[in-house]
Amino acid sequence: MTQTAADSPAPARRQRAQIRERTLRTDQWWRYPLVTFIIFTAFLVYATWAIFDTDFFVAPYHAPFASPCLAEAVCPEDARLFGWAPLGDWYTWPPGLLILGLPAGFRFTCYYYRKAYYRGFWLSPPACAVNEPHTKYTGESRFPLILQNVHRYFFYAAIVVGLILAYDAVKALIEKPGGVGTWVLIGNAILINLYTLSCHSCRHITAGRLNHFSKHPVRYRAWGFVSKLNAKHQELALVSMFSVMGADLYVRLVAKGVLTFAFA
Amino acid sequence: MGYKAKFRVWRGEGGEGKLEDFTVEVNEGEVVLDIIHRLQATQAPDLAVRWNCKAGKCGSCSMEINGKPRLGCMTRMSTFTEDETITVTPMRTFPVIKDLVTDVSFNYQKAREIPSFTPPASVKPGEYRMQQIDVERSQEFRKCIECFMCNNVCHVIRDHEENKTNFAGPRFLMRIAELDMHPYDVADRKDAAQEEHGLGYCNITKCCTEVCPEHIKITDNALIPMKERVVDRRYDPLVWLGNKIFKRSGSGSKG
Repeated sequence: MTQTAADSPAPARRQRAQIRERTLRTDQWWRYPLVTFIIFTAFLVYATWAIFDTDFFVAPYHAPFASPCLAEAVCPEDARLFGWAPLGDWYTWPPGLLILGLPAGFRFTCYYYRKAYYRGFWLSPPACAVNEPHTKYTGESRFPLILQNVHRYFFYAAIVVGLILAYDAVKALIEKPGGVGTWVLIGNAILINLYTLSCHSCRHITAGRLNHFSKHPVRYRAWGFVSKLNAKHQELALVSMFSVMGADLYVRLVAKGVLTFAFA
Repeated sequence: MGYKAKFRVWRGEGGEGKLEDFTVEVNEGEVVLDIIHRLQATQAPDLAVRWNCKAGKCGSCSMEINGKPRLGCMTRMSTFTEDETITVTPMRTFPVIKDLVTDVSFNYQKAREIPSFTPPASVKPGEYRMQQIDVERSQEFRKCIECFMCNNVCHVIRDHEENKTNFAGPRFLMRIAELDMHPYDVADRKDAAQEEHGLGYCNITKCCTEVCPEHIKITDNALIPMKERVVDRRYDPLVWLGNKIFKRSGSGSKG
């Protein structure tokens, strides 16, 4: 009897190579997710401690994790932004709780950090060509991860936060130009603002959304500048993370009297 | 100076198969594809491998070497130590025809699903006028040699075969970005990218960029800009309001 096409088994060529190993990579592919996990966890632990630590100001230094300080009850007069404390004296919780959600949201939804924590924390995937452990995957196509699309709004907020850190640094420069803390805050403000400007959303808003660069020469030039920064986005993200943590710790150590040398 | 290298090559048909061990001569200046050809010539005459240009420009000899998607013709043997066992397998994401040859027709099907360049009806062929700066951004994407290693390494379909229907893969999302950035293309690419071609599945872990033999910045220059354009269209109320107030076209990015 002649076998028809319908009777035939499905063509064998429809199957992938059945390879049991999760990966055949022989390099140290696990280093990137492991180092990411350790560094980000350390940052989260430090940030949690810093939020509840009350030694965030010693004139003229203001710890970045508590800036701006907006509540009358918890902010020394010198620590208020332009002397302004809009929340009055009813707010008695740590000042960092009010504002840290903005830079944290900016970093959490940042395209670089997404890559890093999807790999390091969620193992999706842990490394290229290494099978992930999850049985189902929908990525950022539905709730909750579709909310990552809010990134540009955190970018707008991050610009304001960056300007406030620059204000703190300039204020320290005016009042104590020879202080080590002043230059620590200046370095941190520069790195934070460079990281903010190198953001992919910034690149898009500058001119990336346009199709006729030639009709918008100024925006095109700005896009070129942001694109150069954007190529270093990952490096700036990490360096600015260390700098903000370092600057914050430095100010708190001075405020606690741990660092007492003459030019602290 | 030549030496004897240890190779493990996946051999089989239609998915069933196994890694077979070989010891084979390696000479100075050779690449992995040369060694596969030597295996064919000396020990395994029926070993199947797809290849063509041997210059990294045709995209035919995509395979996985020590677990990493690579072009066989561009992977120098000098990058391995002499005592290292080199494992060569077919691309995992696509069905195997035989040995190292995979059926990559998934990619051609996805290519056909993307509407081609769509100029405005009022502009006739020969009337296109574009400045270099308007097109050079998307010229980067034209370097693609269609080796399909980006689609192979993308975990969205590599680890979740069920997503193949809904996800075009980085290669074709890059194609959509290229068309969307074109000054004369008027087709709606943003909604299609998100709804039909699965841009939202991409979690920008950049493996496509890591494996691209042409060093195209697929994630930074195509996928993320396209995601931002989709945000303009679907998720940003300010852009929506701006479009309403200033009576801009719905795309919000054809300026």
